[in-house]
Amino acid sequence: MAASLSPLIEPGFFSNLPVQTALVVGGVVAVVSGIVGTFTVMRGQSFAGHSLADIGTAGGSAAFLVGISPLFGFVAMNLMAAGVMEWIGIRRPRGRDLATGIVLGAALGLAALFLYLDSTASSTTGATINVLFGSIFTLPSSMVPVIAVFSVVAAGIVLAMYRPLILSSISSDLATAQGIPVRLVGIGYLAALAVAVSLSAVTIGAILSTALLVGPAATALRLTNRPGRAAAFAAVIGLVATWLGVLLAYDSYYWFPTTGGWPVSFFVVTLIFLMYLASQVRFRPRSGVQRRSTLTEAG
Amino acid sequence: MQGRAVDGSDEILAVDGVSVTLSGREILRDVTFHINAGEFTGLIGSNGAGKTTLIRVILGLITPSSGTVRVESGSRGHPLIGYVPQRITLDPDMPLRARDLVGLGIDGQRFGLPLPSATRRKQVDEMLDAVDATRFADSRVGNLSGGEQQRILIAHAIISHPRLLLLDEPLANLDIGSEQEVVDLLARIAREQRIAVLISTHDMNPLLPVMDRIVYVANGRIATGTTAEVVSSESLTKLYGVHVDVIHVHNRILVVAGRREEALQHGGSESIVELV
Repeated sequence: MAASLSPLIEPGFFSNLPVQTALVVGGVVAVVSGIVGTFTVMRGQSFAGHSLADIGTAGGSAAFLVGISPLFGFVAMNLMAAGVMEWIGIRRPRGRDLATGIVLGAALGLAALFLYLDSTASSTTGATINVLFGSIFTLPSSMVPVIAVFSVVAAGIVLAMYRPLILSSISSDLATAQGIPVRLVGIGYLAALAVAVSLSAVTIGAILSTALLVGPAATALRLTNRPGRAAAFAAVIGLVATWLGVLLAYDSYYWFPTTGGWPVSFFVVTLIFLMYLASQVRFRPRSGVQRRSTLTEAG
Repeated sequence: MQGRAVDGSDEILAVDGVSVTLSGREILRDVTFHINAGEFTGLIGSNGAGKTTLIRVILGLITPSSGTVRVESGSRGHPLIGYVPQRITLDPDMPLRARDLVGLGIDGQRFGLPLPSATRRKQVDEMLDAVDATRFADSRVGNLSGGEQQRILIAHAIISHPRLLLLDEPLANLDIGSEQEVVDLLARIAREQRIAVLISTHDMNPLLPVMDRIVYVANGRIATGTTAEVVSSESLTKLYGVHVDVIHVHNRILVVAGRREEALQHGGSESIVELV
């Protein structure tokens, strides 16, 4: 078995501790991102999701400066930013984009400062690369329980609000009339999004975390008509992309010994993009037929 | 509480002396009308007359500056009011089947994950059948036509057995065929399930054959009664404050308001010749 897989899996893959941590953390984070991301796409909050990732770099780089795990910095900064975004006016679509943009600008200014201080303090570019492009192979295994707790919180919030979230995504009036506390649901969702984005920021990087959040969800939305299945598909797609990405990154140390291998984030994001493209090709003809039949009925 | 009206029919909705002022502007003034179970009521008025505001007051989304709204309490645990909002855009990217949306009418407000239930499924199937939506029950809601979407939204609104069904401009953007289907469906629901239906529209003509009562909104005030009582030159002239002619052509009613200058003050060009 091991021999037959040897062209695919380079030696020492499963016995390597950083790889084991990467598989566990990456897997958990991909599942959470898939579940939360499905609702991000359904609610049209991809911009907020991406902005939170960028905003979080201020927290991540600050945490680096004081010597604690960037994850705590990301979570603290993102929750704060989510609060401010909600307060400025996240409920109206236009106010929402405006609020996101304002908070994003301010936070990126801070990130520029902290990343500069990080690189002067450690006189390497390691901090910048870690914060912006992830650090899945350098995560200490002591962080695994922390990541697990944050993951349960983020996925738990979204799954607990499953039905109210769907209804309030359709129409806030409809949801309010049915007795749903729409604003509270929105705040809860934003908190879950803040945590999920932080988790993917420390794994595949702040800049690329949108890909893990939105990519698998966007693919899943093409594959099924049912919201629960969409969330499950997104989780599986993210999981497969992340695990394959970790494997390819590990293998690439052997392919390109001089450069020391390619970053895992590149592989994960590329795989997600390829799967999205595949879903577009596979399902375009069928949806075309459906649309035609509705038109005939309407006419 | 006023339980029963004199004629023995249940009073479902009582709006008494309701006035609404939003950001310093008076939208509704001293609005009073009552609706009984099984009654089909048209809330008629041009765009911007205050129909949506009135619906939102009944839903409790807007607090009136004076007056009261009472909705007769239904059986325990059920939402009292079914609601179909104005211009919902159902996104074709939303992974939601028609039957999912109808099912959310039963328990969409609940927290926690939904458990599969045979009773619930049967209830959804029956409701889909009742609105003639079985054929597209498993299609994505965003891919349905306007009329099909309205039927699904109506099913969503009434599956929890409300006593009152409010619909805000449900006929807007429908072709004539689907318009007629939706009106017939609503009339059947009102009759068979004894639900009081209040439907807002700027065009009363599709409702003429089925309407029991009319609530006509103009200038923030209303006139109410049967169609014959309200849609007369005399009654509408009083309501609009300008001379209004009511013309009957081919079973349709045409409302033509008088002097241009005064009409313009009240509702823009639409109230000059109003096809209501």
